[in-house]
Amino acid sequence: MNDEKNTSAAGGDFIIHSPWLHRFALLTVAATLGLIGIGGLVTSKAVGMSVPDWPTSYGYHMFALPIATWLTGGVFHEHTHRLWATIVGVLVVALMRWLGGRTARRALLIIGGAEILAGFALLALGPDWRGAGHFLSGIGGVVLLAGVVWVNSSPAARPLPALGWWAFWLVQVQGLLGGLRVVLDAHVVAGAKLGMVFGLIHGCLGQAFLLLLCVIALLTSRWWQKQHSESGIQNPECSAQRWFLFTTVMIFLQLILGATMRHQHAGLAIPDFPLAHGKLWPDTSPAAVASYNAVRFELAGENPITAAQIWLQLAHRALAVVILSAVAVCAWRTRGFLRRPALIWLGLILVQAGLGAWTIWSNKAADVATAHVLVGALSLVTGALLTIITFRFSGAARQ
Amino acid sequence: MKMKTVLALAVGLTATLQVATAGDLTGTVTLKGTPPAEKEITPLKDDATCGKFHAAMPKTQFFVVAANGGLADTVVMLKGISGKSTGASAAPVVLDQKSCVYVPQIVAVQTGQTITVKNSDPVLHNVHSIPAVAGNEEKNLAQMPNGADLTLKFDKAENFLKFKCDVHPWMFAWVTVVDHPYFAVTDKEGKFTIKDVPAGKYTVTALHRKAAPLGVEQEVEVKADGAKADFTVEVK
Ligand SMILES: [Cu+2]
Repeated sequence: MNDEKNTSAAGGDFIIHSPWLHRFALLTVAATLGLIGIGGLVTSKAVGMSVPDWPTSYGYHMFALPIATWLTGGVFHEHTHRLWATIVGVLVVALMRWLGGRTARRALLIIGGAEILAGFALLALGPDWRGAGHFLSGIGGVVLLAGVVWVNSSPAARPLPALGWWAFWLVQVQGLLGGLRVVLDAHVVAGAKLGMVFGLIHGCLGQAFLLLLCVIALLTSRWWQKQHSESGIQNPECSAQRWFLFTTVMIFLQLILGATMRHQHAGLAIPDFPLAHGKLWPDTSPAAVASYNAVRFELAGENPITAAQIWLQLAHRALAVVILSAVAVCAWRTRGFLRRPALIWLGLILVQAGLGAWTIWSNKAADVATAHVLVGALSLVTGALLTIITFRFSGAARQ
Repeated sequence: MKMKTVLALAVGLTATLQVATAGDLTGTVTLKGTPPAEKEITPLKDDATCGKFHAAMPKTQFFVVAANGGLADTVVMLKGISGKSTGASAAPVVLDQKSCVYVPQIVAVQTGQTITVKNSDPVLHNVHSIPAVAGNEEKNLAQMPNGADLTLKFDKAENFLKFKCDVHPWMFAWVTVVDHPYFAVTDKEGKFTIKDVPAGKYTVTALHRKAAPLGVEQEVEVKADGAKADFTVEVK
């Protein structure tokens, strides 16, 4: 991202700016946001296991599932999530190919070929590996195709090809984690159900993946290229840059806390807000927790709550206060052209806090809880991009 | 012919002898206090297919209480007995899925006893058993519309082992697995009968998933002519 690379490459063998590449990156971001939305709905509705097999669906090839089955209850959300993920996977491979240009072709051919071979090898290992085998050879086919497509295009400016490769690997890991979350659901390792553990990682990594794609979209934008070449002429007041970084890290932590609560499928550990079990500070003694469970009347007959889960929700509430204050500080201390984006960020966080409260008041209605996930993702992305921008331009200012 | 008569006589005699040393334990479980109101299952009513089976808004059935306070769906069992299961030879217990609801929602079986899960709906369900006790296997089985019956068995005793359908996340049943045949589930009046309990002194416990998940206990002496034991379960 520094200037040397920029000038050395001015020789012209990479794309300075391509509006279509940027639009394609935005399309991939939009598709991924949608994928997080439908994935969030799967968890909110607790239908992650409504299709017991993977990558097949009820024994059918995933693209051949009868429509009537697809439209049955939670199968709709889970199967749509799988189909949508396939589209995102293809988009990311194409994006990677575009960012990497002709230099990526050989690697894609090798990786695609290797994945197909590894996939067939897994198929030969026996029925336990069938799912992973089909998955791997399917992806390998797409990757191979991306390598075969003969477009003698230039790569994008650094570090975009590298970011593309990260997205390329991450989307495959995400697909595999999503599948293992189903296949290994019932397995217990160190007291934790693998379905829960993989689901949690899958959820958090999905947000990191969205963030990565947003960074690619930012770096391919005309705006960024222009700022870049003018070496930060519009140098903003950046005394807040550390605040931006701190706050963004806090938001990611908050997201992990939230995902942990969601994937325990225990409903609301604290059913009221702003109080907690009718008090400012709830009683978490075993007797008190037993009495909460006795009164609890979950529609879905959820798992009983534990003291740890009450503590988790309290931590989530406390961190929300920290984040809200920190974003306010960021917005307060930001001058120049970043002022308005920082205020939009503050607005997002306020909406997010409102959605958090509403999640509780609605007794964790699936659509409200999922909106909370999506606005959380947008808050994270906004914070991260602002952080990158402040660091980029403060760096330029020092030169 | 003669042989058969002798055999029948012998069987009859054994049965009489058994009755002579064992009696039925009967009683009623009563709920004290007012339970929380049942929740409306709006996702079921809103479901394009399943909603059609329910003219009225379906509700949870956590507290099924008779006018006189009799509490249904309470599992009453003898405590401190193990390894006496006759589950392998016992008749299967049927768990049906009807109108996208489990019927019944509370059942009890012996270890090793067959549970036959039926799908009476023109809708696909997945039968997902989620045990908490090691040795009982978690399974997630697809059952197509009006599909063939599934059979499940559990080897370890467990109270309120959860069955759910992930396709319809409001569908639950809780199966209590007992290591002996001396248990019963209360009927709509809160009444229960545990048949042929060998004479002796026992601790008897009444478990209700919501009101008494850990059980309400009392000491009971069962004599040759049986015994009676009433339980009161309280909600606060
Ligand atoms: Cu179902």
